[in-house]
Amino acid sequence: MSVRNLAILAALAAGVVLLAFVPSVTNGYQLSLAINIMSYTVLATAWTLFSGPTRYVSLATVAFFGIGAYTVAVLGEELAWPLVLLIAFVIGFGLSLLVGLSTLRLSGVYFVIFTFGLAELVRQLVTWYEVNVTRTLGRYVFVDITTAQIYWQLLALAVIVLLSGWLIQRSKLGLALRVIGDDEAVARHVGINTTMAKVVLFAFSASFMTLAGAIMAPRWTYIDPAIAFNPVVSFQVLIMALLGGVHRLYGPIFGVIPLVMLFEILLAKFPNHFSILVGIAFLLIVYAIPRGIVGLIEGAQLSLSRKGAKA
Amino acid sequence: MFTEPLLSGITLGGIYALIAMGLTLQYGVARIMNLSYGESLVAACFAALWLFTAVSVNPLLGLLVIVPLAAIINWLVYQVLLMPLVKRAPSRDALEVDSILATFGLLFIALGVMLPIFGGNYFSYSFLAIPVKIFGATVSASRLLALGFAVVIGVALYLGLTRTRAGTAIRAVAVDPVSALLVAINVRATAAFAYALGGALVAAGGVLVSMFLTFNASLGVVFTMKALIVVIMGGVGNLMGCLVAGMILGLTETFVATYIDPGLTLAATYIIFIAVLLLRPQGLFGARRS
Repeated sequence: MSVRNLAILAALAAGVVLLAFVPSVTNGYQLSLAINIMSYTVLATAWTLFSGPTRYVSLATVAFFGIGAYTVAVLGEELAWPLVLLIAFVIGFGLSLLVGLSTLRLSGVYFVIFTFGLAELVRQLVTWYEVNVTRTLGRYVFVDITTAQIYWQLLALAVIVLLSGWLIQRSKLGLALRVIGDDEAVARHVGINTTMAKVVLFAFSASFMTLAGAIMAPRWTYIDPAIAFNPVVSFQVLIMALLGGVHRLYGPIFGVIPLVMLFEILLAKFPNHFSILVGIAFLLIVYAIPRGIVGLIEGAQLSLSRKGAKA
Repeated sequence: MFTEPLLSGITLGGIYALIAMGLTLQYGVARIMNLSYGESLVAACFAALWLFTAVSVNPLLGLLVIVPLAAIINWLVYQVLLMPLVKRAPSRDALEVDSILATFGLLFIALGVMLPIFGGNYFSYSFLAIPVKIFGATVSASRLLALGFAVVIGVALYLGLTRTRAGTAIRAVAVDPVSALLVAINVRATAAFAYALGGALVAAGGVLVSMFLTFNASLGVVFTMKALIVVIMGGVGNLMGCLVAGMILGLTETFVATYIDPGLTLAATYIIFIAVLLLRPQGLFGARRS
């Protein structure tokens, strides 16, 4: 490992330690904002982990997030917390394997379509189960976990997601994915098992989303299918990742922070027009900055260094 | 007892086929994967409802207003919003990704317009809700009328695409847009026309659906999903495939709702979708793509 890498690693570790002190210096409102930022950081980074290199747009973020939340609502009082998280992870992994194996053998558009309706399907199935089997639509989440603990768990998860993303990029799997993203036919011709690579990566990305949902569940004291599987969450994660830039793993963070703030303001001031405004913001990003903020920064750096080289 | 779900399944299937024909035009010809498709349908439902209750125009006359209007709106959406993406896209696949993102944004804008106005309530109106007896089963006249109109529109579209010059151009662009340029077809204008035509079809489907189904503002996603599944099951760009696949979906849903549980219709839809993906991803009538 080079000196530069070590320095970056040390700076990041120091940053994480500093972030861990956020709960002791903030008031309740600021902490809940920090939790929002942290949760969307996990979701948007996990989204980018798969959709960035493969360019397969996943629209099912909230399906996995909601499954995580429901796992806690069902099992939270009965089992120890780490065990609940583990089960959530396993369920997310299993479902994403199922989705991945049935769609990722084919071209990307089948995957997009499948994920487009997935949250609605899971929502209807959970509703059907609750109405017909348990006979109550909503559930109360009574788990003995403080707000600060939620924040720390999300911070830890964010670090895990970023670290595993970094490790994957350096591995053979990461190289395979970059080839797939550039040209899938070429990837197959050089002997990459493209389906396997995509399925494994999607399963990890989706399991992280499920964990985020499980960790966030104690924030609500009451959940029902409409709350847990709110499609706006998938949409927001997509916007944040695109604004930040999906060709770098750390890109989404640049999108999460401004947009969480913006959505907070929009929800407070224009609750009835929230969806329209978010839709317009999204279109602006798709049209005006297709490579995201990180892309803009890199473009500026490139033109600067070119000028430097000429001079 | 059996003929009743069979008849409602066929009417529903006919409407699904009509709706999917519009989507197959937009996706197969214009290469726009339109995720806001179902929202157009719901908007047409509300337009028909408004015409019927506020100005007491019957929905069949309403078709004459709503369908051309939808065609114009969709044409404008294509020219203003989607053309920049078409021009910037280096390949068809890149356009597909961009169009998915752009229409996903449109979906939320459409929802944001409709939800504050109509809320989450379900709406319906009573038009020709007269019971008719066929083969011992009772069906409402509006359902039969909707099926009749779907058949007429579907046949007209089929003849238009196979027997006219403009229809042949549309099919040529669907097969190969580059070669279509070589035989002097204006590909972009044809794509815009196909997109507008698709929008007109889904609006017609929406008006017909509103005559016999209850609907609400957030139903769009489910209709988009069903239309997409029908298009894939039938084979992209294949009208006959739309008809057969639409019927399969309509019948399956009705039988599941009648004999198993109405809450599981979307699950049944997904099971069909998975079966298609596993067994015949190119669709029932589609040619295998390399």
